[in-house]
Amino acid sequence: MKKHTLLLFKNRRPGETVFIEEYRKQGGYTALFKALREMTPAEIRDTVKASGLRGRGGAGFPTGTKWSFFPSDQGGQKYLVCNGDEMEPGTYKDRVLIEADPHQLVEGMIIAAYAMQIPTGYIFIRYAYKNAFDCLQRALAEASEAGFLGKNILGSGFSFELHLHGSAGRYILGEETALLNGLEGKRANPRSKPPFPAVRGLFDKPTTVNNVETLANVPHIINGGADWFASLAYTEGGAGTKLFGLSGHLESTECHELPIGITLGDVVREYGKGVWQGRRFKACLPGGASTPYLTAEHMTVPLDFAPLEQVGSRLGTGGVTVFDDHTCMVEATLNLNRFFARESCGWCTPCRDGLPYVSWLLEKIEKGQGTMEDIDNLRHQVHNINGRSFCALAMGAMGPVESLLRLFEEEIVDHIRKGRCPLKS
Amino acid sequence: MTKPLLNLEKTEQLRSHAAQTEHPRELIVDVLRAIQEENGWVPDEGIELAASILGLSPLQVEEVATFYDKIFRHPVGKKVIHVCDSICCWSRGGEWIVQILREKLGIDLGETTSDGEFTLLPTCCLGACGEAPAMMIGFTLYGNLDAEKIEAILAKERSGGRP
Ligand SMILES: Cc1cc2nc3c(=O)[nH]c(=O)nc-3n(C[C@H](O)[C@H](O)[C@H](O)COP(=O)(O)O)c2cc1C
Ligand code: FES
Repeated sequence: MKKHTLLLFKNRRPGETVFIEEYRKQGGYTALFKALREMTPAEIRDTVKASGLRGRGGAGFPTGTKWSFFPSDQGGQKYLVCNGDEMEPGTYKDRVLIEADPHQLVEGMIIAAYAMQIPTGYIFIRYAYKNAFDCLQRALAEASEAGFLGKNILGSGFSFELHLHGSAGRYILGEETALLNGLEGKRANPRSKPPFPAVRGLFDKPTTVNNVETLANVPHIINGGADWFASLAYTEGGAGTKLFGLSGHLESTECHELPIGITLGDVVREYGKGVWQGRRFKACLPGGASTPYLTAEHMTVPLDFAPLEQVGSRLGTGGVTVFDDHTCMVEATLNLNRFFARESCGWCTPCRDGLPYVSWLLEKIEKGQGTMEDIDNLRHQVHNINGRSFCALAMGAMGPVESLLRLFEEEIVDHIRKGRCPLKS
Repeated sequence: MTKPLLNLEKTEQLRSHAAQTEHPRELIVDVLRAIQEENGWVPDEGIELAASILGLSPLQVEEVATFYDKIFRHPVGKKVIHVCDSICCWSRGGEWIVQILREKLGIDLGETTSDGEFTLLPTCCLGACGEAPAMMIGFTLYGNLDAEKIEAILAKERSGGRP
């Protein structure tokens, strides 16, 4: 195993949470001092842009670019929102990060807020993450006590107030505009874009929404510099490290911080300790439930944004779910699609009606009652739903379905020809 | 109803919080969760109470309450078992775990045991994918489940009671 640099997990110890005393002993909050005392907001924005950091919440939007669109110089109320909804199946890295070392997120948010001159922030945490919520509550109290939150932080004249919001379920809240409605106490249907949150977001004020892991990287970028951060990746065009949460049919299913650009094969063999029960690798979701499948032929593909797009998938959230050769991919896709259908907020027709129809087709095929026409029907649904739904939920749902049709057509046909699932005896 | 929906202290705390914030409506989920924590679920009177605390109409509260799957608008047992049916748990025997729970509790998904102890509900991914198959009882997460473990967990939760 090659040694590599750890940022987000450098203080992580199993079963423990690092709080302020230990965090500061390990150099925590030095980036905040540096940012507030030695850097202008514009310099911080430029550094983050130069670092090549891309959003870790699934869409991979360049963070510095997002921040450069923000009306930082405009006075008045503006908001910074941390997205800790993390409900995409296969994704658990934000929970591990917060439970290990929550102050990184708090420090990252204060620096981000200073960089965009934002006076108020929210951390949005999903219902099931009670422990992570409690860790953050304590971290926020400690940070306030130390003078890192509140008025005139470290005598800089900059003030920042940070609130914690505990949610009550539903995957759609992770979509950033639905999340803003949720925070406002409204029914959490997504909003139409434009206007983008940077223009009109929370309570109609300019708002930046970033993922937990994205924001937690900021102190490390400020301390180490943009070039250093970029150099951590194994790929030319990549930058930084990524948290990969392993799951499914691997011998070891833990969360690891690894350089961006590590190959799928290395992750599976070295960190997943290989496919479980001595079985063979059949497929994986490389970055959560909405990312198209990869197969054994993709073992040498670097896990980075661009290389994964080249092979028809996405880095997504970095949740790698592996399936062994005993897995029926029609049944796996049916499970995934049922999730998306159930979590649809019901706002638009392609999602509300299209996804249950896709589930119905997949179930029919899985039960051995499918016809060749159903395959065409599935393909038609993918084209019909992609690009036509109100938000990206339904498009994400089509990731696995599209790749099932592309990579496992033979397996689908086998179900239809045999009149039963060929993987079940 | 003998017991108040929300103790006086908590009600006052939420009222004064609402009075201090610029947008009281943002507290809807907090108020609903507080009511649920005390009653196990949110009855119609809870919707009305939340509306009065926040200066909203009951309808404005109801449309939010019914959106969330972790706000219960029906009575539930003392403890709610949320069993994960998403992909990583499915890949490691999640369907079998649901089967075991149904058999051991003698109820189907969506039902409550006759002694009022447990309600069994399916849930999407709990963010415990590395410890699949997983379930959450109340706010306690249990991972790497098998038949034996489930037996022990149910026994512990049954005797534990709720404060
Ligand atoms: C259905 C849906 C669910 C999402 N869930 C999450 C989530 O749980 N956490 C998250 O950070 N981003 C999630 N996103 C992406 C957000 O909309 C947004 O792009 C992200 O929070 C931006 O942060 P980033 O640029 O730092 O990644 C979701 C998007 C969609 C369409
Ligand atoms: S899929 Fe069950 S906890 Fe994530």
